[in-house]
Amino acid sequence: MDSRAIIDQLPRLRRYARALVGDRAAADDLVQDTLERAWSRIGQWRPGGDLRAWLFGIMHNLHIDQVRRPSLDGPSSGAEEIEVPIRATQPERMELEDLAAALARLPQEQSAVLLLVALDEMRYEDIAQTLNIPIGTVMSRLARGRERLRRMLDEHPNPSNLRVVR
Amino acid sequence: MSKHMVTDDDLHAYVDARLPPARRAEIEAHLAADSEAATRVRAYQAHRQGLHDLFDPVLDEPIPASLRELAAEIDTRLEARGTRFVARRLLRSRIAAGVLIASFGGALGWLAHGIHRPAETLAAGTSLHRQAAVAHAVFSPDVRRPVEIGADHEDQLVTWLSKRLGVPVRPPKLAALGYGLIGGRLLPGNSGPVAQFMYQDAAGRRLTLLVSTEVATGGDTAFRFAQEGPVNVFYWIDGKFGYALSAGIPRDELARVAADVYGHLENR
Repeated sequence: MDSRAIIDQLPRLRRYARALVGDRAAADDLVQDTLERAWSRIGQWRPGGDLRAWLFGIMHNLHIDQVRRPSLDGPSSGAEEIEVPIRATQPERMELEDLAAALARLPQEQSAVLLLVALDEMRYEDIAQTLNIPIGTVMSRLARGRERLRRMLDEHPNPSNLRVVR
Repeated sequence: MSKHMVTDDDLHAYVDARLPPARRAEIEAHLAADSEAATRVRAYQAHRQGLHDLFDPVLDEPIPASLRELAAEIDTRLEARGTRFVARRLLRSRIAAGVLIASFGGALGWLAHGIHRPAETLAAGTSLHRQAAVAHAVFSPDVRRPVEIGADHEDQLVTWLSKRLGVPVRPPKLAALGYGLIGGRLLPGNSGPVAQFMYQDAAGRRLTLLVSTEVATGGDTAFRFAQEGPVNVFYWIDGKFGYALSAGIPRDELARVAADVYGHLENR
């Protein structure tokens, strides 16, 4: 097995974490937690298995735990603040801010599927394995998530919980 | 309306480029006729692009050292685990096949040895067939010195090898099969000497017979076959001798020779 297998997954893990959580420090904390859990559960790993699915599955479960955990400082959504990259042009940035805000308001189960599909470009069957749900559930969550996102963006989202990174 | 049956799943698979080209074309035809579906698909495509615009920059960020170090540690452990796992599986399959195991050669084999080694089932050192295959590969291509003592001094060869092995050994006669004896040599086995006889047919194809007295006690075995790279090996245990016949000839051909060798050794 490739001796850099997990290191090579780090950029994608960080990207997924950022999309789930929004804030950079919180996202890297999630990656750290994911790696620590992978370390402690290394006995569950079956060589030849899908390492990416294993890691993303761990991260997903940790995130769900975090989201469900009662928090003292605000709503239970994991994505209160999304940092929008500044490199886009102004109108594009507005759209991206809207998208980030809408994403943050999606139910977690829908945003997880949508991100794995659209951002990580995983195959539907791999997502079913990663999230440990039937493929029909993957498709229905994807459909609901996409429609919900579309409706939110058709209306006018409230971008007050956005912070533009400069 | 399109006459094609297009489901919601089709639209998503289209957006995610998961459709074969033919189905893709059908969906495109459908979208051309269904503006509501086309609007949805455009929105979904825009989401995809937007998510990449938002989060792909993360891929280019430097990775915090703490994460990198932790990942490297897990990789090291996973690698060790993977190697052990493969070694264990190999070991199990060999044992299941009823083969006396020694080594698989290479680091993996040594690892398997070091870590999981059911002492009762393993003969120490290198297995007979592997020993034979390596010896065959090393000496049979040698044009000038394939053997230590040539067939023209067969008596000396027999006396010497018998003395060194501590039991009478004699090369079977395979002339009826078209193989003439070239000679033989002494080789280091796992704990002492083993003997190798070399034969050659009219086409110059060589086969070698390894005779070992280092076999595990426990009785005779049937013919067994092993392939080590280009070398095919039939080997068996008969009494206190282990025999391994190696050649770069097809398996069925070698099997006939092996049967004959076995017969010769039995009737001697």
